[in-house]
Amino acid sequence: MISDAAAFHRFGLGPRPGDLDVGDVRAALRDEIGDRAAARLDSPGLLDAGGALSAMIAIRQAQAAARNGANNMLLMVEPQDRVTAETINRDEIAARVARVLGARIGFVDRLVAFWNNHFAVEASSGMDERALVGAFEREAIRPYVLGSFRDLLGAATKHPAMLGYLDNALSVGPNSPAGLAANRGLNENHARELLELHTVGVDAGYTQADVTALARILTGWTFVARDALSGPPVGSFIFRAQAHEPGVQTVLGIAYPDDGVGQGEAVLDFLAAHPATANHIARKLARHFVADEPAPELVDRLANTFAASGGDLQAVAVALIDSDEAFADERRLKPPQEFLWSAIRALGITPAPRQVVAILTSLGQPLFNPPSPEGFDDDGATWLAPDAMTTRLDVAEQMALAASPALRPGELAEAVLGDELQSGSLVALLAAESEVQALTMLLMLPEFQRR
Amino acid sequence: MTRATQSFPLSRRLFLGAAGSFVAWAQIPGIARATGHDPRFVVVILRGALDGLAAVPPIGDPAYAAIRGDMAVGAPGRERVLPLDGFFGLNDAMPELHRLYGEGDALIVHASATAYRERSHFDGQDVLENGAAGPQALRTGWLNRAVGALPSEGRIAPATGLAVSATVPLILRGAAPVVTWTPPNFRPAGADTVARLLDLYRHQDPELAAVFAAGVGLDALTAGEMAMGGGEVAGGIAGAFAEMAEGAARLIADPEGPRIAALSYNGWDTHANEGADTGRLADLLAALDGALGAIARTAAPVWDQTVVVVVTEFGRTVRGNGTDGTDHGTGTVAFVLGGAVAGGRVVADWPGLAEGQLLDARDLYPTTDLRAVLKGLLRDHLGLSETILTAQVFPDSIGVRPMDGLLG
Repeated sequence: MISDAAAFHRFGLGPRPGDLDVGDVRAALRDEIGDRAAARLDSPGLLDAGGALSAMIAIRQAQAAARNGANNMLLMVEPQDRVTAETINRDEIAARVARVLGARIGFVDRLVAFWNNHFAVEASSGMDERALVGAFEREAIRPYVLGSFRDLLGAATKHPAMLGYLDNALSVGPNSPAGLAANRGLNENHARELLELHTVGVDAGYTQADVTALARILTGWTFVARDALSGPPVGSFIFRAQAHEPGVQTVLGIAYPDDGVGQGEAVLDFLAAHPATANHIARKLARHFVADEPAPELVDRLANTFAASGGDLQAVAVALIDSDEAFADERRLKPPQEFLWSAIRALGITPAPRQVVAILTSLGQPLFNPPSPEGFDDDGATWLAPDAMTTRLDVAEQMALAASPALRPGELAEAVLGDELQSGSLVALLAAESEVQALTMLLMLPEFQRR
Repeated sequence: MTRATQSFPLSRRLFLGAAGSFVAWAQIPGIARATGHDPRFVVVILRGALDGLAAVPPIGDPAYAAIRGDMAVGAPGRERVLPLDGFFGLNDAMPELHRLYGEGDALIVHASATAYRERSHFDGQDVLENGAAGPQALRTGWLNRAVGALPSEGRIAPATGLAVSATVPLILRGAAPVVTWTPPNFRPAGADTVARLLDLYRHQDPELAAVFAAGVGLDALTAGEMAMGGGEVAGGIAGAFAEMAEGAARLIADPEGPRIAALSYNGWDTHANEGADTGRLADLLAALDGALGAIARTAAPVWDQTVVVVVTEFGRTVRGNGTDGTDHGTGTVAFVLGGAVAGGRVVADWPGLAEGQLLDARDLYPTTDLRAVLKGLLRDHLGLSETILTAQVFPDSIGVRPMDGLLG
């Protein structure tokens, strides 16, 4: 069993000085996820998906106007006051940093990070995507990570960020009125990832025919992409019947009659409740929080909880922290984001968004920007690489330089590592030639790097 | 940060992260010194599945123009392609590759694929890198196993790996130690701090000690070599691709440098608005072309002893999809470059593009196993025996004969 202090690093964002005094760590973890809305992040300054998309529409209109030599309202706004994908992303990152620093343990935010990586959307895939990734996490992930998986799946699948990223917004039923009129057709990208990554997993036994059928079912699932005088606002999910492929479709042996959007909702119901989905999610969760090769008992328990509760993610999270296997005495390297968050919590520093971008990019795990729909690799071997470790040292030193000179490294190490702190480590910190060196080494200690 | 106004330069690593990574094996085979043959081997992985029919269109196939429709690069009435052998053309975004082809230093393999027949990127890349017949079959990479099997006689340095990336890709994971490196953009921490940490790791965490020591050693080894002013990479994706390629080439060309490298470029998953004539894919091909040109130029002194192979996890559908793109397919192209390559030709057992000739009625039928190409190169260029290739490097490939005549 790992110590209480280690549990703060394994399940949370790492302790701030004073946080280790909570007493029973399991009770504190359970307490943090007791409120199903605990993961919500409502910051008045942040744009919702509709607002972010509208800002991108305005930019394109201004660019078109400028090309045509016409004036446009946006061009009269001072450049530094313009809303761009970059400013939206910057504000979203700033809100995450504030959230990280304010979290009590941070278990809910770790769950958010896990699910946001499960439903990965890539900021660098386009301007709209960059503007939407923060809203996606706040609107489609955070409200549901302690709710039902089916609701999470529905919200993520229908969000404009996902519909755009995986091209479903473009996919048109070849035999639908829109398809016949414009000679457009299917794009199976979203359907495939929905099966392979979001629900049952690649080994669930589906075929190309299942992927194609699901792609047909999802045709018409799109979002409002431009302003209109009537109808739902920009960014809203809509089912466009005109683009929907007519007919019965069969996915994984079950025939779905064509009742419009209900056809897809019925498939999502089926996939969310599929045993392969429970196993897929259970394995990923156990791997993320505990070990590359988690104990089969733990995976089974999480899968059974998932299945028995009808995909209640709060119940699954409770089952995780109630399992002795989850406290197994082995330590994997913190991925870069966890390293950064635990470091700024320990030191009490607030990096600027562009610094967060630079640090996490250099370490290989930029916020909101995974390399593919599969998300960041969750294998310990991925991060335990020589260059990555020396870059961590460079980052650690920069953070130590930014920390308050009033910090006392020895006391701080005890406050954030508790019983984990090795006597040899403490000796080394106290023997450092400067406080900056001591703080740098504190962040690089094996007991701080691993969890 | 709040107290001090420390700022982290947003420099080349940002672009490297976006563009991919490269990994090299710091192996100095002893055979080299004894015989004067000192081979270099570079694997370039295109992640996301390259549309081989857009890169090397079979303009002589009578079914091609019709089945590709609006997306048929080089079809009559469209932008022209660079001539290869009359049957195949080369996308005109790739003049450097065309030049190398003309000089006999580039060979194109068409209608090839790995052993993987499903259509998941992630499993497809897994098979491309693990060298087995299926995904998740092995946790090590074929290039790592190939290096581990290199003739050891006269080896002057123990096998240690060099990976130029933030992380180690599967192709180079394995028993033989790998180290990683990217051009440093942070001010390196003081040597004293490094020494203290190494000492601490050695006492408390041997695994971390080994990894960290390797990283520190590489920063020292490459200091100055890549000092190119530290600014941002110019030229967006083309600049990022070229910088990575140039860095790899400089390292493998160095007499004391590594001999085996792997780098990867992302972004080839062109589901919508593929843009093979002008647009996204054309830009990517141009960036790749520039990178290949940069390797040939930078590694010119050792070009006769260098082989570069460019591979991707699978191809894309023969027909365009409904959104001016292509979905995941099977058969595609591979490129083999180098001074010793018997180039200037397209190697293909062409399956045809007519209805009935496609795989699953949608994909270019794969007629060449990519492992045959790789086995041929590893045998003839690195001197690995067929027994080792079949037993260790590409298990389950006993029926896949190494391709003959790739070099010469």
